[in-house]
Amino acid sequence: MTAPRDKLGRPVVVVTGMGIMTSLGAGKADNWAKLVAGESGIRTITRFPVDGLKTTMAGTVDFVSVDPFSSTGLSERMAELVTQEALEQAGIGAKADFPGPLFLAVAPVEVEWPQRRELGRAVGKPDFTYDDLLRISGGGKYSAYHHRFMFGSVAAHLAETFGTKGSPISLSTACASGATSIQLGVEAIRRGETDAALCVATDGTVNPEAMVRFSLLSALSTQNDPPQAASRPFSKNRDGFVMAEGAGALVLESYEAATARGAKILGVIAGCGELTDSFHRTRSSPDGKPIIGCMNKTLADAGMTPDQIDHINAHGTATPENDKMEYNTTSAVFGELLQKIPVTSNKSMVGHTISAAGAVEAIFSLLTLEHQRIPPTINYDTPDPTILFDVVGNKARDARVTAVMSNSFGFGGQNASLILTREPA
Amino acid sequence: MTDTASKRGQTEVWITGIGLATSLGEGLDANWTALQEKRINVDEKGFAPYIVHPLMPVSFDAQIPKKGDQRQMEAWQRIGTYAAGLALDSAGIKGNKDILSKIDMVVAAGGGERDLNVDTGVLTAEAKGANAPGFLNERLMSDLRPTLFLAQLSNLLAGNIAIVHGLGGTSRTFMGEEVAGADAARIALSRIASGESDIALVGGSHNGERKDLLVLYEFGDFNLKDKFAPVWARKDHPGFALGSAGAFLVLESKAHAEARGAKPFAKLSSVVADLARRKQAGDMAATLEQLWAKLPKREGKGAIITGATGAEPATSEERGFLKAHADFPVRSTGTMFGHTMETQFPLGIALAALSISRGALFPPNDSTGTEIEMQGTPTQIVVVGAGHWRGEGMALVEAVS
Repeated sequence: MTAPRDKLGRPVVVVTGMGIMTSLGAGKADNWAKLVAGESGIRTITRFPVDGLKTTMAGTVDFVSVDPFSSTGLSERMAELVTQEALEQAGIGAKADFPGPLFLAVAPVEVEWPQRRELGRAVGKPDFTYDDLLRISGGGKYSAYHHRFMFGSVAAHLAETFGTKGSPISLSTACASGATSIQLGVEAIRRGETDAALCVATDGTVNPEAMVRFSLLSALSTQNDPPQAASRPFSKNRDGFVMAEGAGALVLESYEAATARGAKILGVIAGCGELTDSFHRTRSSPDGKPIIGCMNKTLADAGMTPDQIDHINAHGTATPENDKMEYNTTSAVFGELLQKIPVTSNKSMVGHTISAAGAVEAIFSLLTLEHQRIPPTINYDTPDPTILFDVVGNKARDARVTAVMSNSFGFGGQNASLILTREPA
Repeated sequence: MTDTASKRGQTEVWITGIGLATSLGEGLDANWTALQEKRINVDEKGFAPYIVHPLMPVSFDAQIPKKGDQRQMEAWQRIGTYAAGLALDSAGIKGNKDILSKIDMVVAAGGGERDLNVDTGVLTAEAKGANAPGFLNERLMSDLRPTLFLAQLSNLLAGNIAIVHGLGGTSRTFMGEEVAGADAARIALSRIASGESDIALVGGSHNGERKDLLVLYEFGDFNLKDKFAPVWARKDHPGFALGSAGAFLVLESKAHAEARGAKPFAKLSSVVADLARRKQAGDMAATLEQLWAKLPKREGKGAIITGATGAEPATSEERGFLKAHADFPVRSTGTMFGHTMETQFPLGIALAALSISRGALFPPNDSTGTEIEMQGTPTQIVVVGAGHWRGEGMALVEAVS
């Protein structure tokens, strides 16, 4: 018999449903099979012309149709599909009646180029100013674009479709957004405000301007050929991350509520931590203290010590800075213990799903706990000699895994970590 | 419905700092004086036929000393970082490393500020026949400033605040137009009330002087055109006039404030929010009634400060709700400050706290009779925020007894 409360007297928060979509495919079964087989979802972009781009590949989700297409529309559709999968597994509530709030991690929404171009064409003359665009925007012809490009549009659609309760929250903490959505759900349950929360993270923003933006910050890999070999976390020849699309959904419940209704428990969110780095907009503090503090806060929140962590699902973007910083900070937290902790980066195969990454990787971590098998970090042929992680290189590894730390770091000094376990402590 | 009312055993949450930079001025005195004088700052020409409430110019150096930092931001982020600094000053914690290293931040933000020259340049070139497959890519690669991206990311307002003012606790950015401001206050309040957090910086900022935003809202015919009128007088000429403003609050547990000798403006007793389906007439008003009923009992001298936008049908629905509570004098921030989107709700809380601390509600500014004079000192002010398209929030701000 396990106590329904954790060491700090708070309700234990468990996962009872999960749904996932990445460039590898739709659903847990397909994703997991391909992930442990070391398959890459990265491919040359076909959605739009890549002429003139330095990076021409990404982990796009091309098997979901959205009409009319927009990045926000794709984000919404993926979020809907993964939520359906998670709710089917959880078997909670009734159709369109989820008994708790929604926390949605979503990329900042903006009017996109196809719509902007449509407006440009509608002006009907070769020389015009922005005022001309403004003048023809009204009158109801483009009212659908107002509705589509409201920041709250995706969350509102999910809230209405699945009947979540209250005001749905759309959030962005950049590349840590997925982890933040889970953290908000955990906190709501721990405070006793709700017995269940729906945490969803989605990102479908592989579009020309997004690619250009990251390119201009020199953040993307340019190893375009072959695309499958572009994402090289912890390798000496890594040169940036690979943009990708995907979504993840988790149904969180208090242990008490989940067991009371006889739900199958898929895992436990044992700890969450977050710590802001005020050093720079895109770089971590060179001393790594905020990341170290974030991991330590997460351990404290879980009531655990470093020796209880037996696997790390790294942020592992494959940018030269991130992987080095992640190793240095992780080794500061774990010390000698780190030699015995297998580390992997799912981004080697699915790329960096940005706003969705924290949730996608939390789900992969929970599947790792379920299967007692750690997915590989592919393209790990030339290890960086200064990164002494025990990288699960190229081949999946069977291992006894009881507690996983999953890390997410983002622009704007966002650091968030989660600790996931199989059973309540 | 989600709510964070103070529950038994939960700590009282005080508002100990307010930072305002608006179209009426910067700081509490300038804003209060303008409200007393019923002064409104609108620009009817610069964006004609659209009307905006432009930011009263501020010296950004005063709160963002490094020019390099200012250059890394666009206007909405500079306004917010500035107002956040004023709030920290107001709470007496500016530069207090012990407190700032743990303060939690919840920011309500939009984003996406565009470079209009780049956008227009691409579109006019295409109109003149540029149609090579890689044309857009090449133009964006050569014309976009690398740092513009950082001004477009919603969470980079919080990021800039952390950098400029040295904040090191948690940092969360909520999006979703008006109700994001209510949700930011709701989550910050519930975290402090439950003991998860001791002190938080909450707020948002908005640059209303943006043609790219006018395009977005013009898609839905939401912009106020041609002539300014108070929010309640726009029924036959509906719309909102975008406003520029930054509004930040320092929320703090009573115990934390008392331990450092901080004085409260007021207490934040409750924040509730919901998503009305708004499929039929009356849906939104019904949700507002439900939120009203969820607030703690009001027995004191009450008033309402609303962020009603002037857009229809939302404002007419809200007027109906307000009529049912006609014993509460109403004030519209939309009339005085314009519509500042994510910032409107934190602005409403700020003005409620300011009114309570100054012992009077600011005067009405309305020709329709919706706003009436209030005699005496308000002790309970309900802040209402109903989005122009979706999302409803409400807060109760009370005098500290």
